[in-house]
Amino acid sequence: MSQPFRLDHGGRVDRDTPLQFTFDGRPIDAFRGDTVASALLANGVTLVGRSFKYHRPRGIVSAGAEDPNAFVQLGHGARTLPNRLATVTAATPGLKVRHVNAWPTLEYDVMSAFGLVAPFIPAGFYYKTLMWPRRLWPLYEHFLRHAAGLGHAPDAPDPDRYDHVHAHCDVLVVGAGPAGLAAARAAARAGARVILADEQAEAGGSLLSTHERVDGLPAPRWADATTTELAATRGVTVLPNTTAFGLYESNLVLLAERLITDQPDSAGSENGARVWRVLPKQIVLATGAHERPLLFANNDRPGVMLAGAISTYVNRYAVAPGSRAVLFTNNDAAYRTALDLTDAGVPVAAIADVRSDPAGDLSSEVRAQGIAVHAGAVVRHAQGGRRVAAVELCSLDGAPLGAVECDLLGVSGGFAPALHLHAQARGPSEWDPTLAAFVPRGANGIHPAGAVAGQLGLADALRQGTQAGSTAAAAAGCSNGSDLEVPRANESTQAFIQPYWLPPGGLARAKPQFVDLHEDVTLDDLRLSLREGFESIEHVKRYTTLGMGPDQGKLANPLATGVIAELLGRDPASVGTPRHRPAYSPVSLGAIAGRHIGPLADPVRVTPMQDWHEAAGARFENVGQWRRAWYYPQPGESMHEAVARECLAVRHRVGILDYSTLGKIEITGPDAGEFLDRVYTNAWKRLRPGRCRYGLMLGEDGMIFDDGVTARLDDQRYLMFTSTSNAAPVLASLEQWLQTEWPDLRVYLTSVSEHWSNIALAGPRSRDVLAAAGTDIPLDRRDFPFMTFRQGHVAGVQARVFRISFSGELSYEINVPADCARHVWEALVDAGRPFGITPYGTETMHVLRAEKGFIIVGQETDGSVTPDDVGLGRLLSRRKDFLGKRSLSRPDSVRPDRKQLVGLLTDDPNQILPEGGHVVDSPGPRRPLPMRGHVTSSYFSPVLGRSIALAMVTGGRAALGERLYVATLHDNRWLPARSCHPVFYDPEGARQHV
Amino acid sequence: MQFYSLPNLIRRGLRGHRDWTPAWRKAQLRPSYDVIIVGAGGHGLATAYYLAKLHGVTNVAVLERGWLGGGNIGRNTAIVRSNYLWDASAHIYEFSLKLWESLSQELNYNVMFSQRGLLNIAHSEQELHDLARRVGANRLNGIDAELLSTEEISKRVPVLNTSPDTRYPVLGGTLQRRGGVARHDAVAWGYARAADALGVDIVENCEVTGIRTANGRVTALETTRGEIRAGTVGLVVAGNATVLASMAGIRLPILSHPLQALVTEPLKPVFDPVVMSAAVHVYVHQTDRGELVLGAGIDAPVSYDLNGNFRIIEHVLAAVCELFPIFSRVRMLRQWAGTVDVCPDASPIISGTPIKGLFMNCGWGTGGFKATPGSGWVFAHTLAHQEPHPLNEPFSLDRFTSGALIDEHGAAAVAH
Amino acid sequence: MLLIPCPWCGPREDDEFTFGGEADFPRPAEPEALTDEQWADYLFMRDNRRGRHREQWCHTAGCRRWFIVERDTVTNEILGAGTYGGSP
Repeated sequence: MSQPFRLDHGGRVDRDTPLQFTFDGRPIDAFRGDTVASALLANGVTLVGRSFKYHRPRGIVSAGAEDPNAFVQLGHGARTLPNRLATVTAATPGLKVRHVNAWPTLEYDVMSAFGLVAPFIPAGFYYKTLMWPRRLWPLYEHFLRHAAGLGHAPDAPDPDRYDHVHAHCDVLVVGAGPAGLAAARAAARAGARVILADEQAEAGGSLLSTHERVDGLPAPRWADATTTELAATRGVTVLPNTTAFGLYESNLVLLAERLITDQPDSAGSENGARVWRVLPKQIVLATGAHERPLLFANNDRPGVMLAGAISTYVNRYAVAPGSRAVLFTNNDAAYRTALDLTDAGVPVAAIADVRSDPAGDLSSEVRAQGIAVHAGAVVRHAQGGRRVAAVELCSLDGAPLGAVECDLLGVSGGFAPALHLHAQARGPSEWDPTLAAFVPRGANGIHPAGAVAGQLGLADALRQGTQAGSTAAAAAGCSNGSDLEVPRANESTQAFIQPYWLPPGGLARAKPQFVDLHEDVTLDDLRLSLREGFESIEHVKRYTTLGMGPDQGKLANPLATGVIAELLGRDPASVGTPRHRPAYSPVSLGAIAGRHIGPLADPVRVTPMQDWHEAAGARFENVGQWRRAWYYPQPGESMHEAVARECLAVRHRVGILDYSTLGKIEITGPDAGEFLDRVYTNAWKRLRPGRCRYGLMLGEDGMIFDDGVTARLDDQRYLMFTSTSNAAPVLASLEQWLQTEWPDLRVYLTSVSEHWSNIALAGPRSRDVLAAAGTDIPLDRRDFPFMTFRQGHVAGVQARVFRISFSGELSYEINVPADCARHVWEALVDAGRPFGITPYGTETMHVLRAEKGFIIVGQETDGSVTPDDVGLGRLLSRRKDFLGKRSLSRPDSVRPDRKQLVGLLTDDPNQILPEGGHVVDSPGPRRPLPMRGHVTSSYFSPVLGRSIALAMVTGGRAALGERLYVATLHDNRWLPARSCHPVFYDPEGARQHV
Repeated sequence: MQFYSLPNLIRRGLRGHRDWTPAWRKAQLRPSYDVIIVGAGGHGLATAYYLAKLHGVTNVAVLERGWLGGGNIGRNTAIVRSNYLWDASAHIYEFSLKLWESLSQELNYNVMFSQRGLLNIAHSEQELHDLARRVGANRLNGIDAELLSTEEISKRVPVLNTSPDTRYPVLGGTLQRRGGVARHDAVAWGYARAADALGVDIVENCEVTGIRTANGRVTALETTRGEIRAGTVGLVVAGNATVLASMAGIRLPILSHPLQALVTEPLKPVFDPVVMSAAVHVYVHQTDRGELVLGAGIDAPVSYDLNGNFRIIEHVLAAVCELFPIFSRVRMLRQWAGTVDVCPDASPIISGTPIKGLFMNCGWGTGGFKATPGSGWVFAHTLAHQEPHPLNEPFSLDRFTSGALIDEHGAAAVAH
Repeated sequence: MLLIPCPWCGPREDDEFTFGGEADFPRPAEPEALTDEQWADYLFMRDNRRGRHREQWCHTAGCRRWFIVERDTVTNEILGAGTYGGSP
C-alpha cells in the first residue's frame, strides 16, 4: 500500500527518505518526519486501538501528547515500550507497532462484547455487584484483571541506561511554539542563560501547522530560523523531544528528554532518556492549549478528530486524514481547518457551528469557498462502525437538518490552556468566561505566555511571548538594554467561543456520548455520578475514573468541568478541575531512577582487606552499606563446619577478624570528659589516659541506643567505638546535642571510621602473634593489662592497640591507618601461621560473643530495651545525670515483668532454637497464646559442644532455671528448654585477663 | 437504602439508571447531636457506622472540612495486612482484617477486598532475623504468617530479581496470604452510605474552627457553619490531629509528614501479591486496572504540603528498578502525597483526653488504611461507653507518660 | 525540593541536610525534678505547627553545623535562618 492519503505536495516530511514500519505485522510506508500516527493516516489506517472498558473501535484524535486513543506497543522483548502514543512516536524504519488491549485482533476483538452489556455496567458498577457469593470474588477479580490493563511489560531487564542532568539557568522556557520561541529569543537577547524545552521532535509548535507568516516568512521557516539563532547563541540550550513533566516547590522543574538514535530498532529511535533537574530563576510557561472535544452520540468513532489536529496532519505531515470532511465547532478555529482541507483538495461537506451568527473574516472566506455553513447547528450523531460514515445534523432545539456523508469529522469545542505544570505547583488560575476555560495567572517567577495564557491569536502570542521573555530575563537580573523586537504576524481577532457543553434537550439523552474516551466515561456516567451524590469533581473523578487513564484526561477534564457545571447548574469556576499531579506526560521509572541502580543503587562499603577476604574464599553479608566477611569456608566445608572451625581456633589458638567497620569518633577538647559523662550512662571524667571503658548510650526515652568501648587517648582526647551500623546516627546525635544544647562545652567531634582500620587478634596465642609480627609495645600482661591501650608500631606501622575483647579471649584490637591496613593484616597472618592463626568472620564473632552473653545492639535490643533489661543496670550512674536517665524511672520502665535477658539451654543439646522463635510457658493450640518473649540469638557452641541461645523473657532473671518452650517457625513444634544465666562460657571472665 | 445487587443493576439499567438515589444524603446540619465525629474519612465514617449499628447511637454527625474521603483514605496505597509484631498491634489489626473479610457484604458495597497475599522481603541477615521474630509472634497470635525462602519468593513473583548478585539480594521473606489490597475510595463511600442509612448526618464542607469546653467537658464545636452542641466528640482527622487537638489545648506526640505514592500506566497482569521491602522503602502491587501502585518513604521534615520531595521518588524508583528490572521501561503516570501523623512508636492513639467527652483517634502513621474497620469498631465502643474497648486500651495517650510504648517501627514498612 | 539557606554555606538543596525536628525544646536542667507528665511533655509532645515552624537543620554534607530555619509547613516557604551562636 502506498500512502493513498498522502498529499502530493507540502508538509515537512522528507519525501526523499521513504521508510517502512509495521502495524500489527502489516507494512506501512512512511517518510522521515512522519509520526506513526501521520503514517497510519497516510495509509488510510484509522482503527488504531480499542477502548479501555467497552473495547470500542478507536482512531487517532489528536496530533500530540493529549491523545486518548492512540496507545500502541512498540518493539518486543527487553526493549519493548508499552503504551506509547502513535501521535508522538516518530516513524522509523523497522519499527514494529502493535495494538494493545484487544484479542485476538484489533478488527475482531472478543472483548468488544462488553459493549453489548454496556447498559448494565455503568460507572462504578463493580461497587454494586460481584459481592456474592463471597468466595467467588477472586474469580470475578481474575476476570476483571485480565480484561483490564493495556500493554505488556518487557520480558527482560532494561538494557538502556539513563542519566540525570542538573542544570541552572536564568530563564526556562517550556514550550517552543510561537510564544515560547519569542520568549526564548527575547530572553536570550537580553543576555539571559536560557533553556528552551519542547516535547516535540522539532521546535515550532503550532507554527509548523499553519500557513500564516511571521516577519514575512512562512511560519515554519521563521520557527526554523529562530531555533537556529537560539541554538547558536551562547548560554542557550534548546532541548527538543523534551517534556517538562513536573514543577515542584522552589520552582524545580523536571524535564524528560528522549534520546534519539539514528540507528532505530523495532522499538523505534527512542534510545533511553535523560531527566533534567532544572532550577531556573524564572520560568516562561508557553505550553499552549488543548482543543476541546464536543459531545454527540458516538463521538468516539474513528474519523472523529480535533479540528486543529486535522490542520496539523494536512499542513505539517501532508496527510489527508479523510476524503470528505464535516466540521463541528463553537468557535473560529475549525474554519481555518476547513480552508486547510480545501487547499489540500479534501472536500468539506459542511460546517455545523453552534453559534447562530458566525461572522468574521474566516467565516466569509469559508463561505466564499462554497462550503455549507450551518449556523446554530450541531452534530447529534456520528453514524458508522469502525469509521464515521455520515453525521446527522440538527438545530440547537433538535430539529433534524439531515445527514451528511463523510469519513472525517473535525470537532472544536474551544481551547483549554495546558496549565498542568502551573497547577501542579498550585499556581493560581481563573475561569475566563470568554474562553470558557481556566487560565493561569503568573506567580512566583512563573510567566504564562501565548495560548496557555489565553492568547490564541498568533500575533498576540508572539507579542506576549516576547514580553514574558523580556520580563523574566529582567527578573532574573539580566537586562542589557536591548530593544524589544516583537515578531510580526497578521493580527487576528480572538476567537469568539460559544460554550457548548451539553447537547440541548433530547439530544443529551442520545448515547453513548463520551466525555473521556480513554476511560470510556460517558455523559450518562457523569449523570449517574451526580445523581448518586458524587458531585465534587474529585468524587466524579474517583467514581467514574474520569481522567485516570495514561492520557491523564488532558482532553477529558476541561470538557468535564463544563459538562458537570451545566448538569449541576453551577458556575464552572466553582466546579474546578481534578487536581493536576505530576507527571504531565508519563516518564519511565528507569529515567527517574537514572544511574542509581545496580552497584550505584546504594554505595557498597568495603574495608582495605576486601581483596584478601575474597581471595581467601570468604562469603559476605551485607551490614548496612558494608560488605563484611561472614565466614571463610574451606573447600567442601559447610557454613556450620566453617564456623565451628573458626570458633575453636579462637578459643584454642588464635583468630583474626577484620573489624574495620566499627564506627570511630574522636572526641577532643577540654570538656570531652564532661561530654561523655552526659551521653554515656557511666562515669568518664576519672578514666585515666591509656585506659578503656565500655559505655552504654541511651536515647532520651531510656532505651539502649548504642554501646561500645571508648578509650582515653590523652588528657583531652578520647576515641569512641560505635557499632557498625550506628556509626553515622551516633555521630549525628552527638553533634546535635553538642551544637544545639551544649554549645558551651569545648568539645570537637571527628569521624575517623574510614581513617583507621581495625584488626582484632583473639585467642590465647594472640600475644605471641602480635610479638612475632613485630611491635615496640611491651606486651607483658602487667605492662599492658586488659582494658588499656598503647600506642606504638605493629609490623612497622604506627598503631593504636587496644586490649579489649568481644570474644572473651585474650585479644588485641589493632588500629592502623587504613592505607597500611592490608600490609599489617598480612604481616599478622604471616606471623600467626606457626600458631595456627585462622581468619574468622562475623558469624563466628556472633557465636563467640553469645557464648559470653555479650549483647549486640539491634539483635538483643530493639529500641524497647533498657540497660537493666539486659543486665547492665550496674552501668547506670547514680551520681550524675545522663541522656535518658529520667525515662528509666517511669512506671513502665520499672515494671517487674519487663522482658529480661536470659540464656536458654535446650533439653536436646543438638537442638538449635530458631532465632525469632517465641517463648511460652505452656504450649498449646490456643490462639492467641500468651508469649513470654523471644529468642534473640541462637547458635551451636563448638567449645561447649551444645546449642546455646539468648532470649528476652518477661521476668526472666528472677526465675532462672524455669521450664520454657520455644515455638518453631516453619512447623508447629515446641522445643523444650530451661532458662539460665546468659553467660555460657568462662563466667568469671578469666580468659580475657591472661 | 437502595440495595446493591446484580438484579438491581440490570433492572435499573433497563431504565437507564435514572432511579438511583444518592449514596448518602446531603444532610441538614442540626444544632445539637449526641456525638459529633470530626473527619469524614475512613476511620470517622466507620466509627459513625458502628456507633449506629452496634450501639444504637444514631443522633450522630460526621463533619468534613472538604469532600468526603478526601484525606488519607483517598491517598493511600490500599494495602491491608495484620502481621504486626507486638500483641496490642497484632490484635487490633487482625481484628480489623477479619472485618475486612466480610466488609463488602456487611456494607452492601463492594470494597473489592482482594486477598492476593502480601510478601515482605529481606535483604540482610538482620532483616531475616527480624522477620522471623515477627512471623513467630504472628503465628502464636493466630495470624497467618509464613517464612519463605528465596526460591519460594521467586516462584510467587517471577518478575522480582532474586539473583544473588544484585545490590539488594533477596535472602528470604514472609508471606501473609490473607493480606492484600482494597479499593480505598469505596471503603469511605461504603461506610458513608451505610452510616447514612442508619440515620447518621454526614456534612461536607464544614470546617471545625474551635472546640468549646466547660468544667473540663466538651460542650460544642465552632464550625464554619455555626456552633454545634455535643457532649461527645471524636476527632478523627489524620493529617490535622495536632491542629484540632490544640484547639482544646491538648498537646500530642505527633509529627506530620508527607508520604508519597505513585501509579504507573496500566499493564496486563505481571504479578499478583503485594511486595514490600522495608530496607529499600518500597511497597508495590498491581491494581485490577493494571497499574503498578508504588509507595515511597516519608519526607523527613515536618510538613503539611501535599507535593512531597521528588528526591524520594527518585530513590524509591531506583530501588524498584533494582528489584524489578523489567519495570524500568514502564512509565510513571501520577504521583501524589498525603499527610501522615506519626507517633514516636509508630502506633496510633485511640484514646480519651484530659477533656471529658473529647476523644481522639489519630497517629496511625502509614498504617491507617488497613485498620479502618477495626479502628471504627473500637472507637465507636470508646465513644459509646466513654471508655476504651479492650483492643484499644493499650493505645492510650497515657502511654507516653508511663513509657508503655508499642514500638512498631520494624513493622511499619517505611522508616520513620 | 527545598532550598535550605545554610547560614555558613549559602542556599543548597535539601539533600545535603538532615532535619532535626522542632527547635526551642531545651533539655530540662534537672530532669529528675520533673513529674512523669512534665518529662513526657519534653520527650514526646510537639507543636507540629501548621504554618510558621522553627526547626533544626544540619548541613550534613557540608559544614556539619546545626542551625535554625523558620519555614511555613503548609507552603514550605522558607522564612529565615539563624545560627546557634557565632556569625558566618
